[in-house]
Amino acid sequence: MTDAGDAQRLTELLRANADSLIDRWVGEVASLLRGRATRTELEADFREFFAALLPLVGNDGKDTGAPEFAEIRSLTEEYSRARVRAGFTPSETASSVFSLKREVFALTENENDPELFRQVMVFSGLLDALGLLTFEFYARARDEIIREQSEQLLELTTPVVKIWEGVLAVPLVGTLDSARTQVVMEKLLEALVETGSEHAIIDITGVFAVDTQVAQHLLKTVVAARLMGAECIVSGIRPQIAQTIVALGIEFGDIMTKASLADALRYALRRDGVDLVHREVR
Amino acid sequence: MERVPILKIGGVLLVSIQIDLQDQSVLALQEDLAEKISSTGAHGVVIDISAVEIVDSFIGRMFATIASISRLFDADTVVVGMRPAVAITLVELGLTLGGVRTALDLERGMKILGQLGRGRDA
Repeated sequence: MTDAGDAQRLTELLRANADSLIDRWVGEVASLLRGRATRTELEADFREFFAALLPLVGNDGKDTGAPEFAEIRSLTEEYSRARVRAGFTPSETASSVFSLKREVFALTENENDPELFRQVMVFSGLLDALGLLTFEFYARARDEIIREQSEQLLELTTPVVKIWEGVLAVPLVGTLDSARTQVVMEKLLEALVETGSEHAIIDITGVFAVDTQVAQHLLKTVVAARLMGAECIVSGIRPQIAQTIVALGIEFGDIMTKASLADALRYALRRDGVDLVHREVR
Repeated sequence: MERVPILKIGGVLLVSIQIDLQDQSVLALQEDLAEKISSTGAHGVVIDISAVEIVDSFIGRMFATIASISRLFDADTVVVGMRPAVAITLVELGLTLGGVRTALDLERGMKILGQLGRGRDA
C-alpha cells in the first residue's frame, strides 16, 4: 500500500484543477446519460464525491472496507441506489466513476514525470475499486427492490372482494403455490367472519396450472369454510385445467363448481333467496 | 371441574362454550346434554364455539358425538361461530364434521333450526 504522502504531487494537481476537472467530468457523464440526469444534479453529486476522494489519493483501493473509506462508501451507495430507482443500467452507473479516470489521464498525460505517472496508476486502481463498489451497491439495491415487490405481489394478487350482500369473491390470478394458497385461505376465512358472508366464490379463471397439491389446498379451504358455516363455490375452471383435474383423478366431491363467476353469483343469490328479474325497458 | 351450562330457548338447547375445554368437561357435557334433550324434548341443539380458540382431535370428535346423540332424540345439531384458526386446525386433523350443520353466528344457527323445525311439523 502506497503511503498517502507519496501522492502529494497528484493531490495538488487535482486540487488545483478541481473546477475544470469536475466540469469536464460532468460534461462527459451527462452526454453518456443523454439528458436523463441534469448537469446541476450530477455536479452536486460529483463535487461531494470528489471532495471525499481527495484525501484517499495515494491509496490503491485494495481494502475498500477500511475506516477511511466510510464516507466515500456511503456516497457511492447513495449514488448507486438513486441510479437503480431512476432505472439506469449498472454500466451507466459504474462508468460515472470510470469517466473521472479518463479526465485525470487527460490532465496528466502532458506531464513528463515518471513519479506522477506511478501515482496516476495507483489512483486508477482506486477508481477501479470504487467502480466495482457501485456495481455491488447497485446489485444489492436491486435485490432489495425485487424482494419488496414479490412481497407486495403476494398481498396484491389475493384480494377478497364483497360482490353482494353476503357473497365474497376471490379472483385468483397467476400461479398457485402452497404459500399463496395458504394466504388466500386465511384471508378468505377471516373475511367470512368479518363480513358475516355465507357464500364465497373462488374464481380461478386466471390460474393456468393446477396440480394435486394446489387442488388439495383449495379443497381444504372449502371444507374449512363449510365448518364455519359458509359455502364455497369454485368457478372459472379452464378447459385444460378441467382435463388435468380429471386426468389426475382429483375428486371435488360435493363441492359446487360453476363455469363462470356470473353463474356462481347467480347460484349464490338464489340460495340466499334473491331473485333476479329482467325488467321491461320502457 | 367446570361444567358447561345448557340453556333452553323455546324448543332449542343452547350450549355456549366459554371455557378451555378439558376432556372431563367434554364427557360431562355429553352426559348433561343427553339428559336435557330427553327431559325437555328439544328439537334442536346449538353449540356456540365463538370463544374457543384451541381445539384438539378429542374436542373435534365431540361435535360429531353430540350430533349423533341428538339425532337419536330426533334433534338437529348446529355448530356456530367457529373461528378460522379452529376451522383450519380441524381440516388439518382430517375432521370434516360430516352430519353436523354449521353457521357463521348464533342468529343464523337459530334460523336454520327454525326452518328445520317447520319442515318437521309439515
